[in-house]
Amino acid sequence: MEKALVVKNLNVKYGNTIAIKNINMEIESGDFLGIIGPNGGGKTTLLKAILNLIDYECDQILIFNKPLKHIKKKISYVPQISKVDRTYPISVLEVVLGSKLKKALNPFYKFTKDDINSSLEALKKVDILDLKDRQIQKLSGGEFQRLLIARAIVDNPKLLLLDEPTANVDPNSRNIIYNLLDSLNKQGTTIIMVSHDTMAISSKVKNIACINGDLIYHGGAKINKNVLDKMYGCPIDLLAHGIPHRVFRDHNHQG
Amino acid sequence: MLNILNYQFIQHALIAIILSSIVCGIIGTIIIEKKLILMSSGIAHTAYGGVGLGYLFNFNPLIGALIFSLISALSIKKVRNSNFKHSEIIIALFWSLGMALGILFISFMDGYPPNMNSYLFGNILSVDSFDLISITILTIVVLLILTIFFEDWKIYLFDEEMAKINGLNTSFLEYTLLILIAFSVVILIRISGIIMLITLLCAPSATASLINEKLNSRMIIAILISLFNSLVGLYISYVFDIASGASIVIFSALIYFIVFNFTKLLKKNS
Repeated sequence: MEKALVVKNLNVKYGNTIAIKNINMEIESGDFLGIIGPNGGGKTTLLKAILNLIDYECDQILIFNKPLKHIKKKISYVPQISKVDRTYPISVLEVVLGSKLKKALNPFYKFTKDDINSSLEALKKVDILDLKDRQIQKLSGGEFQRLLIARAIVDNPKLLLLDEPTANVDPNSRNIIYNLLDSLNKQGTTIIMVSHDTMAISSKVKNIACINGDLIYHGGAKINKNVLDKMYGCPIDLLAHGIPHRVFRDHNHQG
Repeated sequence: MLNILNYQFIQHALIAIILSSIVCGIIGTIIIEKKLILMSSGIAHTAYGGVGLGYLFNFNPLIGALIFSLISALSIKKVRNSNFKHSEIIIALFWSLGMALGILFISFMDGYPPNMNSYLFGNILSVDSFDLISITILTIVVLLILTIFFEDWKIYLFDEEMAKINGLNTSFLEYTLLILIAFSVVILIRISGIIMLITLLCAPSATASLINEKLNSRMIIAILISLFNSLVGLYISYVFDIASGASIVIFSALIYFIVFNFTKLLKKNS
């Protein structure tokens, strides 16, 4: 089967601090991968390295067997909502249309009917079509999050990376987002989703990767207690699928 | 009153005001959205070194100012890109280094030092033909680059990362923006002077941001506010016989505070 993503020996440093080290991953085309891990564990850093938004060292990053620069139109990204300026003067539709600027520079660009129709279609998929003319500063957190997803899926990417798409959103938005991701995945989009939401993630995704500096676990979505303990550095309690323990065990952690 | 329009220096002043208002409306809006206000002020102050150099080697100080603000804009950016944590230190260093160099160059001159006040505090009534030609060219460049690539700018200013992922040439836009900021500094020096120009550059756009939510109409409103502020400021300076740069800056700040409180009051009541 075709590999959607191959990462070989990826290392990222911020100054002298190592953010992630020796990451090796292979993700099958059609996978729905959840990436979990503690704060500062390097989840966002991994996504940004894949997208070439930060400096990194690695032997290889291939997306559908090609380096990123040859494949840009097939990969898309939903950043963390808190990293985007929500006070910027732009309307909902304009945000999505922005993804239609595909050349390095687009002098005198006028959006075509196709541009507008496919953007409206994307807004419909996340159920905010009625807000198309609203300025983004007037959106709720959930609506804004859905807008960022609409912007990412407007050109039907083959690989979709999402960073915490359900943090700080209302239950309705969360449902819409998970259902949409589910149907995109069924239509063949490979999805990699970073999430805090360990509880929800194990029931939604096909595979899980745990990252805390290095890659601790990569496999089926039913992770066991040992993996979680290693990831968070000490025993923790989780109300999650496939994990029977719901009480704190003895705290053996030294130091 | 109207017969003062027959004086050439008044005509020059009015043309300079119109051109500078266009620049303030556009670039001011951009630097507010991109949070580059402090950096722009740093670039402006560095330009003083160029003014001094121009006096010392007997070329037009505005050309010196342009060279210095371009160098400082590009250097500050290089430091920011290199992940250096304390880029505001570099801004502060350039800020006073530029001023110090200006003072140094002037002190190298023979005889009485020239009066630098018009560059520090602005004197719109002393705008000469050369100034006017330079300001016109720079304004046209700013206006063209903004309108030609307007959609690119709109997305780049909103979300640089996404623009990059989509394949926009963000480094071209980034460096172009810095060069445009340097141009704006030079355009505004003759009007409000190096020390006060950041208010002239930002206040109209900040005022416009209080009353409008769209990028392009916000720029147009900012241009009109800037025009209004400068004309009223100039008129006040004429009536009360005070420095024009200071008068325009004070009036611009005053308008911002009035609109700020007025919109706050409106929100409270609605």
